[in-house]
Amino acid sequence: MITLKINGKKISVGESSTVLDAARRLDIPIPTLCHHPELSPFGGCRLCLVEIKGHPRPVASCSTLAREGMDVITSSTRLEQLRKTTLELLLSDHPQDCMVCERAGDCTLQELAYFYGIRENRFTGAQRPRGKRDDNPFISRDMEKCILCGQCVRVCDEVQGVGAIDFAYRGMTTKITPAFERDLDCEFCGQCVAVCPTGALSGKMWARKGRQNFDEVDTVCPYCGCGCTITLHVRRNAVVRVSSRIDTFHEGCLCAKGRFGYGFIQSPDRLTRPLIRIAPKDNSHFSHDHINQSLRSFLKGPRGGTADSSVNPQASALFKEVSWEEALDYAGSRLKEIEERYGPDCIGGLSSARCTNEENYLFQKFMRAVIGTNNVDHCARY
Amino acid sequence: MISASVVTSAEAPVLLSIRRDDFMMEKTLQKILDEKKEHEGNTITILQGIEKEFGYIPEEAIAWFSKKLDIPASRFYGTATFYSQFHLKPRGKNIIAVCRGTACHVKGSETLLNRILIELDIPPHEETSPDMKFTVEQVNCVGACGIAPVTLLNNTVLGNATMVKLAGEFKKLKSSE
Amino acid sequence: MNREIIIKVCTGTSGVASGGEEVLATFRNIIASAGLEASSAERCSAEQSGCRGFCKKDVIVDVIINGEKTTYMHVKPDMAPKIFEEHIMRGVPVAEWITDREYHEFRDKQTKVVLSACGEIDQEDIHAYRSIGGYEATHKAVLSMTPEEIISVVRQSNLRGRGGGGFPTGLKWELCSRFISDTKYVICNGNESDPGAFMDTSIMEGNPHSVIEGMIICAKAIGSNQGYIYTKAEYALTVRRLQKAIRQCYEMGFLGKNIFGSECNFDLRVFQGAGAFVCGEATALMRSIEGKRGMPSSKMWRTAESGLWNRPTVLNNVETFANIPKIIANGAKWFRNLGTERSGGTKVFSLSGRVKNTGLIEVPMGTTLREIIFDIGGGIEGGKIFKGVHIGGPTGGCIPAELLDTEVDYESLAQAGSMMGSGGMVVLDEGNCIVDTAKFFVSISQAESCGKCTPCRIGTKRMLEILERITNGSGRDGDSALLEELGQHIRATSLCGLGMTAPNPVLSTLRYFRDEYEQHISKKRCPAAVCRALITYAILGDICTGCGACKRVCPADAIRGTKKKPHHIDAGICIKCGTCFDVCKFKAVTKS
Repeated sequence: MITLKINGKKISVGESSTVLDAARRLDIPIPTLCHHPELSPFGGCRLCLVEIKGHPRPVASCSTLAREGMDVITSSTRLEQLRKTTLELLLSDHPQDCMVCERAGDCTLQELAYFYGIRENRFTGAQRPRGKRDDNPFISRDMEKCILCGQCVRVCDEVQGVGAIDFAYRGMTTKITPAFERDLDCEFCGQCVAVCPTGALSGKMWARKGRQNFDEVDTVCPYCGCGCTITLHVRRNAVVRVSSRIDTFHEGCLCAKGRFGYGFIQSPDRLTRPLIRIAPKDNSHFSHDHINQSLRSFLKGPRGGTADSSVNPQASALFKEVSWEEALDYAGSRLKEIEERYGPDCIGGLSSARCTNEENYLFQKFMRAVIGTNNVDHCARY
Repeated sequence: MISASVVTSAEAPVLLSIRRDDFMMEKTLQKILDEKKEHEGNTITILQGIEKEFGYIPEEAIAWFSKKLDIPASRFYGTATFYSQFHLKPRGKNIIAVCRGTACHVKGSETLLNRILIELDIPPHEETSPDMKFTVEQVNCVGACGIAPVTLLNNTVLGNATMVKLAGEFKKLKSSE
Repeated sequence: MNREIIIKVCTGTSGVASGGEEVLATFRNIIASAGLEASSAERCSAEQSGCRGFCKKDVIVDVIINGEKTTYMHVKPDMAPKIFEEHIMRGVPVAEWITDREYHEFRDKQTKVVLSACGEIDQEDIHAYRSIGGYEATHKAVLSMTPEEIISVVRQSNLRGRGGGGFPTGLKWELCSRFISDTKYVICNGNESDPGAFMDTSIMEGNPHSVIEGMIICAKAIGSNQGYIYTKAEYALTVRRLQKAIRQCYEMGFLGKNIFGSECNFDLRVFQGAGAFVCGEATALMRSIEGKRGMPSSKMWRTAESGLWNRPTVLNNVETFANIPKIIANGAKWFRNLGTERSGGTKVFSLSGRVKNTGLIEVPMGTTLREIIFDIGGGIEGGKIFKGVHIGGPTGGCIPAELLDTEVDYESLAQAGSMMGSGGMVVLDEGNCIVDTAKFFVSISQAESCGKCTPCRIGTKRMLEILERITNGSGRDGDSALLEELGQHIRATSLCGLGMTAPNPVLSTLRYFRDEYEQHISKKRCPAAVCRALITYAILGDICTGCGACKRVCPADAIRGTKKKPHHIDAGICIKCGTCFDVCKFKAVTKS
């Protein structure tokens, strides 16, 4: 264990801790832009500078090992002035886009500019040219907003093991890009978007859907057995974005399905009300296509679900909307009839891999204990 | 087999003006890989091998090595674009390099460079003449400051360079094919 | 007769560019066709040798007859026959081609240690090096000294890093030797990229074996068995010479397994860089050898503990290693006494700019700038007035006339606002604009910034923009103060040495020449008449003959006048290209 002093307070930390780690443990705030607890230290933004007794210059706390007996100051007039100037320099090469930027209100750079009161900038000059639009379907890449913190590169390389993007060119022309500046063509897990501290990277499907007044609802991703914890950002009863907290068992990492595959929630193809078929069992109406077609035109009514018999006379002839009570009563009584007449094994149950474990447990319990059959399976199996 | 990549994005910086038979290219790339493996190669030495062989870094070469060595193509690209030695576009037959060291600067290398660009008909913001005969670039100090200003003609050092001397050399290079 | 005749011809980079190889070939042909050896049993040979440092006198040729040396300058192949006939055959040196006063002025006050063999031996022949004691120090170190003894000698010699950092070499070796690892590395930093600096190149070309020897001795001291010499790919001649030298060492058993039959193994390779100034920084250089982008790493661990491939590594400059063999051979005390109290030995500088004698020099630490510039350098060319000397390349600082008696030493130069750097000295006179010079150096640092950290990437660009507007006549009030603050900021917050020192040219010139900045900013004047936008061209009415030559060439059509009558420049239209100034034969056009 190593003992050091930060702002007069003593703390003991493990051997390979950095000064920043130690400060965080003491809950002492030090601003950072390029640091991420899960990624290797970079030391490029120069905001986390601290003064250590005996060192001639301020050092970056994210990439300085804590050593026995160190005496660290994390904030002083000089340090704050250095941080402010660094932010001014960053902002001098950043589009003043906060009004229309997707990340306004959720942007680390903006927040720091606010705390340091940067209303005017002493440094104005040439900015990097507006980058080309990337035509990939999921991730919007506005490279002129990129502050070259490198978190996206490191997460793609160190965590995902893909390396789809990397630093290219040098100096003021440095850019983070796929090889030969092609469009992004990767797994689209979106980890890069999740770690980006500015509006450089964001989801294309999030554009213009709102930046404030979300309800955040934690739930489980419906797609696979991993069961990652996702946070739905809900606005006016619609999911407009999906994220994941870093303190989940998967450290906030998602896949393309979990992160960008939420479109199905609001799909106009979804059933929203119980329906009971009322048409007579005539073979000509039984074809799969016919049923699907009718269902679709039925659902194409206003708000995707309310039947309007004047619009779809034919559709309404096939289905009628009922209440949950009526639907459950109907299903329950009919199943009971069929079971009594033909035996429990004539009934099979198909669940969905998108249900939660709990839901699927209930379902198979229902099939086995209530219906009395082992004919139960789910969609992912075939 | 690698096929010539279709340029999907309008702004892709690679110009494939040198056509190569796919099979020949694969043979050449394998040769480079074998050589470098023998001498403890890494991304940079491989890129140096490619640059030496092709005069620039073709995108297909990166794709090939990336697949062979399981190293992301973006890393090759990042390394190639960091160092001045590597070029992404094909270069002219003759490389004219004007030294931009201090001593040469003081002796008027900037003016000399501008006159050379005009003499060789190189379009503005370009480095290579349209007929691909000449590429003009600036290089860091060559270390021959006593005979500034210095110009390199295909790696041969020409000291105390003047436009008159250079015009003569260019004429020779233009006529020799 | 039975004389021993040796002809040495300079074939350093400049020497070759001036025709050194042709001169050498000519002499060899003459000797062969004269059949001197066959007829009179005299030994006569023509050899190549490295750079002597006084390149403007190239090609330099020594004719040594029985040990008596005569040196010729500006030798061309067609001069060789005369030298051969008159001097070698008839014993009368050709007086008009012999070295002049300037040559001796340049040479006599130098103390050649590292460069002593450069220009004296055939740099491509290991036996020539051995004949002057080469590899005896290695023999001693490898067979009869312990690592601790070697380190002790180097520590006591007061040798400090010649790349500019000035870190005590012996201490670095000691720190590294303490770490236990099955693999340790020795790296020689030959990525000399300062414009105007060719010290390391001359050593690597002129005496590559001295560097190799230094590295082998270091390997023994720290317990390493793998070394790299990092060179610039552009220096084809250097790379060739180094590779040849290494090959010869392997053949002789000085490299590889069981050096001199001992248990020491050391493999050495040349690694060619791919063109990046920033790769002169230690961690960037190591990343480069690993095949990565040369972006410096934040220093979590000292490179002596975790460097190349995260193994303990010693990285030293070419000149540092080249000093080692002599230190081991002659002892620490000898080296220490050559220099000052805090720095032993000599330092190689490249002297260039507005001084008469430009070239490579070697002087003991503690020599004053005045001695270097006015004695060895011969003073300012054309009798102009000395303004300042910029030491340390693009990341160094400018020292003004009042500090000419500063001694050359790490601390004293740093105190004066400059730095030793790798040893580039550019002399400026009244015809140089200090702001333009600062701008030139900052533009180099800015172009070579790796882009990783904010202050260097964006800060140097903003500094350059401010300097550009000052030299363009758009300087604003407060620009000097802004430049100073920005410079201090970049220096304090940058990640690596490049960023930390990039503001030096600006900060040092602001310190000593602030008035010149203010003249540019508030008076829109360039006292040295260098900044184009601030120059006013005018025609002196009483000298102008009205020949119209200027009017004809003026691209902006800004000159008015009738034939044979004095002409006049319309300042409102003039674009200040300077063509009229260049063409006027009567010197009637003035620049101010």
